Amino acid sequence: MEFSSILGGGRWRGIQSVIYHIIRWNRLQKEAITLKKFTLLFALLLTLGMLLAACGGGADEEDTTNEDNTGGDDATEEAGDFSAAMVTDIGGVDDKSFNQSAWEGLTAWGEENGLSKGNGIDYAQSNDKADYVPNLTRLVRDEYDLIFGIGFELKEDLQTIADQYEDTNFALVDDTVDAPNAVSILFKEHQGSFLVGVAAAHKTKTNKLGFVGGVDSPLINKFESGFIAGAKSVNPDIEIEIEYAESFGDAAKGKSIASYMYDSGVDVIYHASGGTGNGVFNQAKDIKQNDPDREIWVIGVDRDQHEEGAIGDHNVTLTSMVKRVDIAVQDVTNFAMNGEFPGGETLEFGLEEDGISVATTNSEAMTEEIINEVQQWEEKIRNGEIDVPQTREETEAFVDAL
Amino acid sequence: MTENNKLFGILVPIVSVILGLIVGAIIMLFSGHNPIIAYTSLWNGAFGDAFTIGETVRRITPLILTGLAVAFAFKSGLFNIGAEGQVIVGWLAAVWVGLTIDAPMIIHLPLAVIMGAIAGAIWGFIPGLLKAKIGVHEVIVTIMLNYIALFSTNAVIRGVLTDQSTTTERISPTASLASEWLQSLTFFSRMHYGILIALFAAVVMWFLIERTTIGYELKAVGFNQHASKYAGMNVSKNIILSMVIAGGFAGLAGAMEGLGTYGTISVMSGFTNLGFDGIAVALLGANNPLGVIFAAVLFGVLKEGAGEMPTGAGVPTELVDIIIALIIFFVASSYLIRWLLLRFKKEGDK
Repeated sequence: MEFSSILGGGRWRGIQSVIYHIIRWNRLQKEAITLKKFTLLFALLLTLGMLLAACGGGADEEDTTNEDNTGGDDATEEAGDFSAAMVTDIGGVDDKSFNQSAWEGLTAWGEENGLSKGNGIDYAQSNDKADYVPNLTRLVRDEYDLIFGIGFELKEDLQTIADQYEDTNFALVDDTVDAPNAVSILFKEHQGSFLVGVAAAHKTKTNKLGFVGGVDSPLINKFESGFIAGAKSVNPDIEIEIEYAESFGDAAKGKSIASYMYDSGVDVIYHASGGTGNGVFNQAKDIKQNDPDREIWVIGVDRDQHEEGAIGDHNVTLTSMVKRVDIAVQDVTNFAMNGEFPGGETLEFGLEEDGISVATTNSEAMTEEIINEVQQWEEKIRNGEIDVPQTREETEAFVDAL
Repeated sequence: MTENNKLFGILVPIVSVILGLIVGAIIMLFSGHNPIIAYTSLWNGAFGDAFTIGETVRRITPLILTGLAVAFAFKSGLFNIGAEGQVIVGWLAAVWVGLTIDAPMIIHLPLAVIMGAIAGAIWGFIPGLLKAKIGVHEVIVTIMLNYIALFSTNAVIRGVLTDQSTTTERISPTASLASEWLQSLTFFSRMHYGILIALFAAVVMWFLIERTTIGYELKAVGFNQHASKYAGMNVSKNIILSMVIAGGFAGLAGAMEGLGTYGTISVMSGFTNLGFDGIAVALLGANNPLGVIFAAVLFGVLKEGAGEMPTGAGVPTELVDIIIALIIFFVASSYLIRWLLLRFKKEGDK
């Protein structure tokens, strides 16, 4: 549906000539068209109509089972069961990151309670910003008891909808919302980012690290700040290149940023950019494929992105800053189901709450040594010895104090 | 004879839509989904109740204006790919006025709307000027200006309108097109008074093109620049004017989004696609104001209704995109359908 794709190349001449022909065509039309010819046209239309009816007729019988499925919704309501649904941001439910993690949490919760997609749990995918309000409203009207908004981009719209539908419970992940029937779920991403920064600083040979952010925003700045602070705590001379793709869904842009960073000597890139990060992984794998000896790494975000980094026997995923959106989603859903919905509150998930962790799946790359280092720093964060910065100003002060 | 011709003109888009629906239905059948349920939920998603109708109208509003923006330039033989950028600057300007100026509604609202249109007009003026004076092709300039608009707007939002935040404050109520009355009528949809402005703009375009000397000259330049020049018309002036007015329409579309739908402007991670869809709307509407309105309605309905298909009928989002694209494809390739219909007709003659 995007017309931008046709903008490339020299196709305009083609299009213009088509338009020229259309105009000529219109002139040709001035020739007579007799009534007889029109009967033929109507016959054609009729045939088309019948075709459509035939398609529909056949499908109807076939789909009685389907209808049973959709009828399941009502059955759930009657049984007084609890249902929950979520609205994705524009990254989509298969972003291999944040939205996917939330959906995994919801599916896991559904399995525990015997629910499946379209039957007690569901998601609505948003293709652009304008879809948030219709999607949220759609789920409200489908009578879901708890509706999650995934991502800070939904903040304003979820706030409006929460004020309008006081009988439904809402939860917003990654930003705050202020309503008695809504809960805000926040993560201490800066803590996890600090720890992967430590890991990156121990892994790098060139002393150059890269950070690829999604949209330049207070949320992603938390990732950036933690990462810088962690790396510089290990070695203050490390250089860190910061780039923002200005999108959470632009893998092509992620790839080109990664290409530029690896070319300029960066050997570890931490991405906090949702679907854009898939491009970073692709670029790292491309380089690795052409030159298996080159040591380059990607640090994943939100989920353990170990799978994304697999290339042959090797894996370019050093580690991942795991944000357990799935745990948070499951927890909040359980609270709500048991009638203990913490409406109006802000829940923060950090290291202490097991809401943040560092993946150690790639044991070849994450050596014992690095893991030990990470654990030492983790201890320091847990006992309050280090206060990880969350904004650029705090980071500057933090680095200066080193 | 002309009556038949008109009938033919109406028939072609209808056949196209039906063809698109049928091919979409076949694809759904093959992938194991029920097309009847799917199309029912498409319909419900667009017209199911007051809320969805309100949202559909909201979605149609800017599409009418961007459709007009492309169609108007096309009347003078210009291809305005820059509607996208003109929308973005119009949105920014309207919200900027809405945020910073303090005035009673009777001044504030028109001022914000007009500033949106002016910003779009300036964005149309640049390619118009370059085309008229040094012959730079407007397609290239407008495409590049789209990116300039997108990224400068993001920078302004971050650096000027807010303090490194991604969304501005809400505009003051005196500049808002949103109406509580319309919202209560449509169950909290975001429908706003902008639809009236959009319809009025279509009338303005019709009047300009069909009833004024300016419109006559613009059309003449579109048909044949050299003949127009020979006839004593100022070709450069007409090219610039055409782009300026087109840009103004697109700027209005941006103002509708800023003052009506959102009441804010946010950092955009990509184009709004309003301008690009406007190209399709204009082509589909045969660059005719009334046609543009109908085409915008079709686009808005499809886009709004499509959201209901995954939750209502279990059709995966990707498949929905394919089906909607197919319908638009068939509609946009109405040339092919005309050709086929005529072939059919000729054979019938034998």
